Amino acid sequence: MKTITLGVNGKEVTATVEPRLHLADFLREQRLLTGTHLGCEHGVCGACTILVDGAPSRSCITLAVACDGADVRTIEGLEDDALMAELRTAFSEEHALQCGYCTPAMLITARDIVMRLPDADDRRVRVELSGNMCRCTGYMGIVNAIRRVLDERKRAGA
Amino acid sequence: MKPARFDYQRPADLAGAVALLGDGDAFAKVLAGGQSLGPMLNLRLVHPGVLVDITRIPELARVEEDADGLVLGACVTHAAIEDGRVPDVTGGALAEVAGGIAYRAVRNRGTIGGSLAHADPASDWTSCLAAIGAEVVVCGAAGRRTVAVADFMVGVFETVLAPEEIVEAVRVPRLSPGARFGFYKFCRKTGEFAHAIGAVLHDPERSVLRAVIGATDSTPIVLGDATELFGGDAARVSFDRAAAARLLEERGLSDDPFARQVHLTALERAVERMHPA
Repeated sequence: MKTITLGVNGKEVTATVEPRLHLADFLREQRLLTGTHLGCEHGVCGACTILVDGAPSRSCITLAVACDGADVRTIEGLEDDALMAELRTAFSEEHALQCGYCTPAMLITARDIVMRLPDADDRRVRVELSGNMCRCTGYMGIVNAIRRVLDERKRAGA
Repeated sequence: MKPARFDYQRPADLAGAVALLGDGDAFAKVLAGGQSLGPMLNLRLVHPGVLVDITRIPELARVEEDADGLVLGACVTHAAIEDGRVPDVTGGALAEVAGGIAYRAVRNRGTIGGSLAHADPASDWTSCLAAIGAEVVVCGAAGRRTVAVADFMVGVFETVLAPEEIVEAVRVPRLSPGARFGFYKFCRKTGEFAHAIGAVLHDPERSVLRAVIGATDSTPIVLGDATELFGGDAARVSFDRAAAARLLEERGLSDDPFARQVHLTALERAVERMHPA
């Protein structure tokens, strides 16, 4: 067992974990932050995507012990984020979700796209979303929601 | 799909990492970004006794540029290279290759050293850095040695690394202003492993014309002098597909018609995409 200290959604947390416990299970099982989902558990589907030190990362193939000293943020920790609020509205109004299973991770990836690539066109958005699978929507609504936020931000001169 | 039990160490320096890897009693695996090892652990394809996490070792994060080229520490991530957060000595070639690796979330943690050490046949860096003429700096108990990337991978998931050796850095040569690099990766889905890779570097000032076919069944096919592919005239640099087919057959490219077609076409498209470095 190893003792780790890390930031989780802005709070400093100290915990004792088995080395083999991955970050997703640590967050879900020990911190009860179940907004992060498990799909494939080998880094392909993207449902587990969260932020580690500000960068989208696969929590299913990140070990909790490797996050000692890191700043971890889950979907729950982005409740007060202004850009995330815009994205949630856009997702809702553009039919970017049905069952919602991919949605927390999709929102985290979407937020990263808008922040990093303000000039992204539809094609670029689709390429950047390729690491997040959705079985319900066919992606059109998700792309529309992200484009809507990108366009709104451009108009507002953000 | 959870990993089998293992121990975990996070040494503060290179000597500590080498010592842990050199412990003959333990089956130790190096952990950098974990984007290749993570899935293997979760799928229980590998059962190490101890993981040696090298991400806290300052020497492995270094980035140094000089007149000859660039040294990238093994733990530099694909995203850092994609974003241009490290200097560029290849006229954009490194960033172009980096940006095509898997998905952004994977690129945020996956490392250039890890990609080379893992030696997946479809690895982008193994093929492209061989074309660029880069070298791997290896650190072990006996000290340091340098191996050309073209010679580093020897089989599927197999490199020249001894059990207690670790990739310390990658040395990338500075390409001439007139150099041209072309790269093409054949995937049906964005971000998936390549089915075929073509990479070609023409740097006449340094007398380099090198072509690589990657994502084969095993190691990439490196043509150190690719003049024959271009009708024997490097200055023309127009692709001779028949010569390429012949050369690749000699070098052991699979005789499966689909594999031949995609690999030859990948190389042809890499040539078409050559742009000034």
